[in-house]
Amino acid sequence: MSDKSHDPNQMTGAAMIVRALIDHGVTDIFGYPGGAVLPIYDEIFQQSEVQHILVRHEQGAGHAAEGYARSTGKPGVALVTSGPGATNMVTPLTDALMDSIPLVCISGQVPTHLIGNDAFQECDTVGITRPCTKHNWLVRDVNDLAKVLHEAFYVATSGRPGPVLVDVPKDVQFATGTYHPPRKSDVHRSYAPRVKGDAAQIRKAVALLANAKRPVIYSGGGVINSGPEATRLLRELVEVTGFPITSTLMGLGAYPASGKNWLGMLGMHGTYEANMTMHDCDVMLCVGARFDDRITGRVDAFSPGSKKIHIDIDPSSINKNIRVDVPIIGDCGNVLGDILQVFKAEAKKPDIKSWWQQIAQWRARNSLYYKKSSDVILPQHAIQSLFEATRGRDTYITTEVGQHQMWAAQFYGFEEPHRWMTSGGLGTMGYGLPAAVGVQVAHPDSLVIDIAGDASVQMTMQEMSTAVQYELPIKIFILNNQYMGMVRQWQQLLHGNRLSHSYSEALPDFVKLAEAYGAVGLQVHKPGDLDGAIHEMITVKRPVLFDCRVAALENCFPMIPSGKAHNEMLLPEQANDEATAKAFAGGKALV
Amino acid sequence: MNQPASAYFIEERHDPNETHTLAVLVQNEPGVLARVIGLFSGRGYNIESLTVSETEAQKHLSRITIVTTGTPMVIAQIKNQLDRMIPVYQVVDMTQTRRSIERELAMVKVRGQGEHRVEALRLADAFRARVIDATTESFVFEITGNTDKINQFIDLMRPLGLVEVSRTGVAAIGRGPEGM
Repeated sequence: MSDKSHDPNQMTGAAMIVRALIDHGVTDIFGYPGGAVLPIYDEIFQQSEVQHILVRHEQGAGHAAEGYARSTGKPGVALVTSGPGATNMVTPLTDALMDSIPLVCISGQVPTHLIGNDAFQECDTVGITRPCTKHNWLVRDVNDLAKVLHEAFYVATSGRPGPVLVDVPKDVQFATGTYHPPRKSDVHRSYAPRVKGDAAQIRKAVALLANAKRPVIYSGGGVINSGPEATRLLRELVEVTGFPITSTLMGLGAYPASGKNWLGMLGMHGTYEANMTMHDCDVMLCVGARFDDRITGRVDAFSPGSKKIHIDIDPSSINKNIRVDVPIIGDCGNVLGDILQVFKAEAKKPDIKSWWQQIAQWRARNSLYYKKSSDVILPQHAIQSLFEATRGRDTYITTEVGQHQMWAAQFYGFEEPHRWMTSGGLGTMGYGLPAAVGVQVAHPDSLVIDIAGDASVQMTMQEMSTAVQYELPIKIFILNNQYMGMVRQWQQLLHGNRLSHSYSEALPDFVKLAEAYGAVGLQVHKPGDLDGAIHEMITVKRPVLFDCRVAALENCFPMIPSGKAHNEMLLPEQANDEATAKAFAGGKALV
Repeated sequence: MNQPASAYFIEERHDPNETHTLAVLVQNEPGVLARVIGLFSGRGYNIESLTVSETEAQKHLSRITIVTTGTPMVIAQIKNQLDRMIPVYQVVDMTQTRRSIERELAMVKVRGQGEHRVEALRLADAFRARVIDATTESFVFEITGNTDKINQFIDLMRPLGLVEVSRTGVAAIGRGPEGM
């Protein structure tokens, strides 16, 4: 035997993968086995440091890893086989790219000599996932594997976080090579994200903030991605300046919803006060957000009178949708720290009393108003009840996509970051249930609730089986209106109420379905029974499907009609049939 | 301006387009060209011309020269999007940031006899195109220059029996002693 066999760094590619996971502090991965990853599964079987969660569909593995990542700040890891395993990952990878979630996906590939031969379960994984990853790699030589795996973790978690994929052919998994622990030279020299903001730009920003008469802070998911220090600094900045703050869907929780400067979420279904403040402000500080089209409304009428400061770690976010006056490229936490330091040294709290008075008038419009009923559960009421019942508890919320998601964002108050997992950019129906699985794996003793819709939840329902297998007591709180509610709302408002294929003619009996999976099923029809049932859902230490039957035709307001500006919101009290028809008819002609 | 009802804010943009030549220095590794091209097709940017070759073999560096058009905001986006790709070292806007020289090489096949043949040869001479292949009824000319000059030469050859054109696309380099 040669000396090499005693070298602990000599190992198979499959063993390297598990070793690299351990070296990067990974304790849980989500995956599904198949022919092209069997050597890796064999290694997983023979160790106990990395726990593997077996999902029921690879998409579930991806969203679970996303939920895990977003609730911990650590990268989520998914392991899938070649061909369909990899193509099923396309949705979660794209989702993670849009929402800047650090995700490391390891996929098996057919042996290198078969690549390009249309082998069984072969697909061009790196080709397919190139546009939906931050970067990806096909490893053809086992001696490159360690370097690539370490780089993959670095790329996923540094700069603007995002998903990466490492495609490993089966012969590379079997082959023996040399492993090395993570080291600096593993990373492309061409990749160097900028963390520190330009000092001159920071001074310009402070000068604008210090002289603002009608300021607003508009924060986004970047603050949460940056880490706890960025959240702390954001809160301190609000405190020091006394400025009003709003946030994107992704940024909820960075500033507490109970905070006195909180305006609520902004954008298409944001609050009236948040959108009006954005529209009429004279200085806007955008921190870690990207002027998405759900936020801006009509771009040529977006906050027309303001000077805009934009902090973002990704230079391509700057001036993409909205031209800004003071771009600052850097990490949110780092730049906020510098801004605070300069502000405290050189400026004093601007007097913005009259601005707050104006905001108070907008607030008084009570844009989240809805009419409660004693006969039928209003979805907004259901979320409020859920919020009240879980307030003060150690709770994590995930959602699917649609009306329920917007109501959750409007009516559930988030006090801390990392507590809110939702598919913002891609809008992936079916995200919430597997994401809840991932969150619960990361936080076994916390209360994890997926606020769901009856349509979305059926897209990844199979993961209930995962929850039952691993005794993950996730709560799936379904606002069941029997429609794809947001689709129906758009059809009502924009397509003459022709409800084309947005009604689910045949829904499963969710209670029986829960029981079939070995979970608990609950159903509520009457507002009077809601609190008791929610209490039961929270108390039971098993996965629950909660079928909350809500008003079928409730619409999500307030709303910026398409092609309108922030100051042309449609408020709930105005949203009678006639006014709605008029607002949207105008939109039709003008937009 | 009648547009359909939509969940998106549809608007027409009227900013004038500009043409820019970008030099992109990349790590020469599998898939790198696909990444760059995929960015352009995926985000709806234009490619007018594309030239790529390894320029420093020892460092595994390749240089991609792209001629693209777009509004100033889109051009800035393209540069930023390229720059954030992992294997991209540097993106230089040859049109904007420095005085640069652009060259393209074309091989132009012309078939004809008599007066046309003589005229083609005479024009080639005026354009400093070289004859690199000849038969009794054809020439292949090699011409180097900027894109306009080559377009002009090809236009002149058309009535004289133009058969085929092969072009390299644009290569660009900055003037003066400084490197990229």
